[in-house]
Amino acid sequence: MRNPLSDTIVNIKPSGIRKFFDIVSEMKDAISLGVGEPDFDTPWHIRDEGIYSLEKGRTFYTSNSGLKDLKVEICNYMKRSQNVDYNPDTDVIVTVGGSEAIDIGFRAMLNPGDEVLIPQPSYVSYEPCAILAGAKPVIINLKAENEFRLTAEELEAAITDKTKILVLPFPNNPTGSIMEKEDLEKIVKVIIEKDIFVMSDEIYAELTYKDKHVSITSIPGMKERTILINGFSKAYAMTGWRLGYACGPKEIIQQMTKIHQYAIMCAPTTSQYAAVEALKNGDDDIKEMRTAYNQRRRFLMNAFKEMGLECFEPYGAFYVFPCIKEFGMTSEEFATRFLKEEKVATVPGTAFGDSGEGFLRISYAYSLETLKIAMDKLSKFITRLREEK
Amino acid sequence: MREELLAIVEKNSRIDTKELAVLLGVEEIDIINELAKLQDEGIICGFHTLINWEKTNIEKVMALIEVKVTPQRGQGFDNIAERIYKYPEVRAVYLISGGFDLLVILEEKTLKEIANFVSDKLSPLDSVLSTATHFILKKYKDYGIMLSEKYEDKREVITP
Ligand SMILES: Cc1ncc(COP(=O)(O)O)c(C=O)c1O
Repeated sequence: MRNPLSDTIVNIKPSGIRKFFDIVSEMKDAISLGVGEPDFDTPWHIRDEGIYSLEKGRTFYTSNSGLKDLKVEICNYMKRSQNVDYNPDTDVIVTVGGSEAIDIGFRAMLNPGDEVLIPQPSYVSYEPCAILAGAKPVIINLKAENEFRLTAEELEAAITDKTKILVLPFPNNPTGSIMEKEDLEKIVKVIIEKDIFVMSDEIYAELTYKDKHVSITSIPGMKERTILINGFSKAYAMTGWRLGYACGPKEIIQQMTKIHQYAIMCAPTTSQYAAVEALKNGDDDIKEMRTAYNQRRRFLMNAFKEMGLECFEPYGAFYVFPCIKEFGMTSEEFATRFLKEEKVATVPGTAFGDSGEGFLRISYAYSLETLKIAMDKLSKFITRLREEK
Repeated sequence: MREELLAIVEKNSRIDTKELAVLLGVEEIDIINELAKLQDEGIICGFHTLINWEKTNIEKVMALIEVKVTPQRGQGFDNIAERIYKYPEVRAVYLISGGFDLLVILEEKTLKEIANFVSDKLSPLDSVLSTATHFILKKYKDYGIMLSEKYEDKREVITP
């Protein structure tokens, strides 16, 4: 029989997360700090709206690019949070999670041989999606001494005449790093001068703990060359609803809608109705969750300080990214031993790119009680490691 | 800080000042001072424990009593409310808008004791026009806590 598989997909390596998942799944009663999704339930009024839409029999396809009401609310949100104007009829597409938006954004914009700049450590899907779109991913290794922010120098050094898109993954999963306005302004100069496009994944936009998040689309000259990715998973604790969106120049959105139309048809209708409610009346829920995350973040930073574990202070998402280089182990060795010896699951930094080596992703989408138990175990574990040396 | 501090201690009165300082990102001494102030001002009025009595074998009966009263000139409802809330078995008294005036929450060991309270103490009061007593059969949720549900983390153990 002939080989049934595509070489492209076979050559893409499986996610590093997956490998670790298999080890953890086999362990009973392990505490996990390994998830990338909120521990909160979707706020009740949002769920209620989803249920209501079902009761009302709103069980049909929506228009390809999404419910008009939802697109209007998305534009209202961009206006009130970033003062950026998008036209709901032409500049927005509602997708199956931010995940789909990343995929079809690449597919709509990339030609074979184009280069996509991907700063790492970062979310696991940019690289494979860029490859599947026929492009060549070019990795920018972010540095701990810059708190894993992207600098203009790093960007400039990576750009070639084939570079088409820069992925901007902030607030960042797994580092928790953010890009503030001044940081953005520095890279914007390079972006405009070199005439490249940006895919800005701002799915954690609502979860920042310093100043309010600044979208790169709000910086003059950038809205025209940016595909903004956002969604409901993180801000409203709606991961299972599978709903996200992209905003951008209408030429790009139009082509993305074409792919979406053929491959997906439309995002889940129930979720779209619930999402309208989320954007209309969910600001207080976000505030409440953000406050809780921030308390946990402070708790972890303090716990690291007490055990003498090096960690820059992250101001976004719900991750901390402590450095474990002092123990002379790889991230994977550290995470594996920590899991086996103390039954606490974390994710090795290398699951998010080679530059994550020497770091550990710890999620604080967990109750304080869980975090307390886990930090006691971490403290015990590293004390033992230090004694071994 | 005050609002966030109150929100935390409302849910967890056992949390210590050192931990509060960490969670709120301030110095412990600021927490100690603020808590003292909140008590002085009568904003923090007690430190209670939420108990699900149904799970014990101790009998408790709780009733909500709707009370209609005639307000007194110059005093409104305050005097009569005081007459009622001074009884130690009365757990709460609220002034209510709508179909009746005072909501009285009563806790006793037996149904009979509640009945006696209503007939011997509450109803005979001069300004009380009528009462309607509702017994609580089961508590599903109290003080924002779902009493019968236990939190279970149903997420996958590792996700990107
Ligand atoms: C940075 C980042 N982008 C995108 C996503 C995809 O989220 P969703 O498809 O649920 O919107 C995630 C999920 O973990 C993420 O961390």
